[in-house]
Amino acid sequence: MKFGVVVFPGSNCDEDALRAARDVFGQDAEYIWHKDTDLKGADVVVLPGGFAHGDYLRTGAMARFSPIMAGVRAHAERGGPVIGICNGFQILLESGLLPGAMLRNRGLKYRCEHVYLRVEQIDTPFTCAAKQGAVLRIPIGHGEGNYYAPPDVLERIVKNRQVVLRYTDPKGRVDEDWNPNGSVSGIAGICSEARNVVGLMPHPERACEALLGGEDGRVIFESVLEWFRSAEAVALQPVRSATLQASDR
Amino acid sequence: MRARVFVTLKPSVFDPQGRTIADALHSLGYASVADVRQGKYFELDLATTEVATAKQLAAEVADKVLANPVIESYRVEVVAEPTAPVGAELAPPGGRS
Repeated sequence: MKFGVVVFPGSNCDEDALRAARDVFGQDAEYIWHKDTDLKGADVVVLPGGFAHGDYLRTGAMARFSPIMAGVRAHAERGGPVIGICNGFQILLESGLLPGAMLRNRGLKYRCEHVYLRVEQIDTPFTCAAKQGAVLRIPIGHGEGNYYAPPDVLERIVKNRQVVLRYTDPKGRVDEDWNPNGSVSGIAGICSEARNVVGLMPHPERACEALLGGEDGRVIFESVLEWFRSAEAVALQPVRSATLQASDR
Repeated sequence: MRARVFVTLKPSVFDPQGRTIADALHSLGYASVADVRQGKYFELDLATTEVATAKQLAAEVADKVLANPVIESYRVEVVAEPTAPVGAELAPPGGRS
């Protein structure tokens, strides 16, 4: 399985993402420069954190026009898994691959700390190895992570079960005091309607090794590995039955 | 022609920066400043002499790039090539040093 980590000018969590995929999980992983047009055979696309194009105009607003984004969009439309972490999430929102937008944090401060997240949905490629309702402790680092969606859009994404992660207290209860940025409905991560595109503000790639202060982010990577294992198992089914039918004749 | 594009958060969207500025003004004694909304201002120099074309072009780029329609709205003004830099009228009497 191959991870493709897109590097924009100003990305700064690309190394962390590559390290997690390659060194922690032993997967094939490669950087993809934002001016490239093909994904180099990546099965999973990671849009990493940072300040792509200096966050000029709005976070993620310029990155949306990078040549690689056409390839990312095509991969997403084929059902390929795409994960946007922090700035990567902002890029997915600006690109329209995920609904909603980001506002400045409610308290205006850049928040750099560990937060608690509750896993709300486990039928996405990035949460399928987690337990429903599991509480993860993962770091954040952002100034614009205040997720916003107009009331009608919010209603739709809740109804479609697109809210994948919520900020909670350490026991997994949604509590405004534990919402670090003012996100509507405590939303920390969402998925696309087809569920294969996931965006989240917290940084699972920074929480895959005990040395870095926690391993709760591992489940995000383990999920996508698991997702491909089950996809392969499903893909093998028809081949097997075709063989059986052939031998029956 | 020159187009001026003003982008602000929609009235329904909370503007934490505007609120903080309003609070700061209140603490300075400007109680009559009821509220502040912060926004962005763009000047576009356009290679056209038609007001209608200029307006349409400015609105198009505002829709596509300058504003995020999920959270922001915009207003376009079209002016002939200004002789003084735009914003000069905001300078205090005597000009800025």
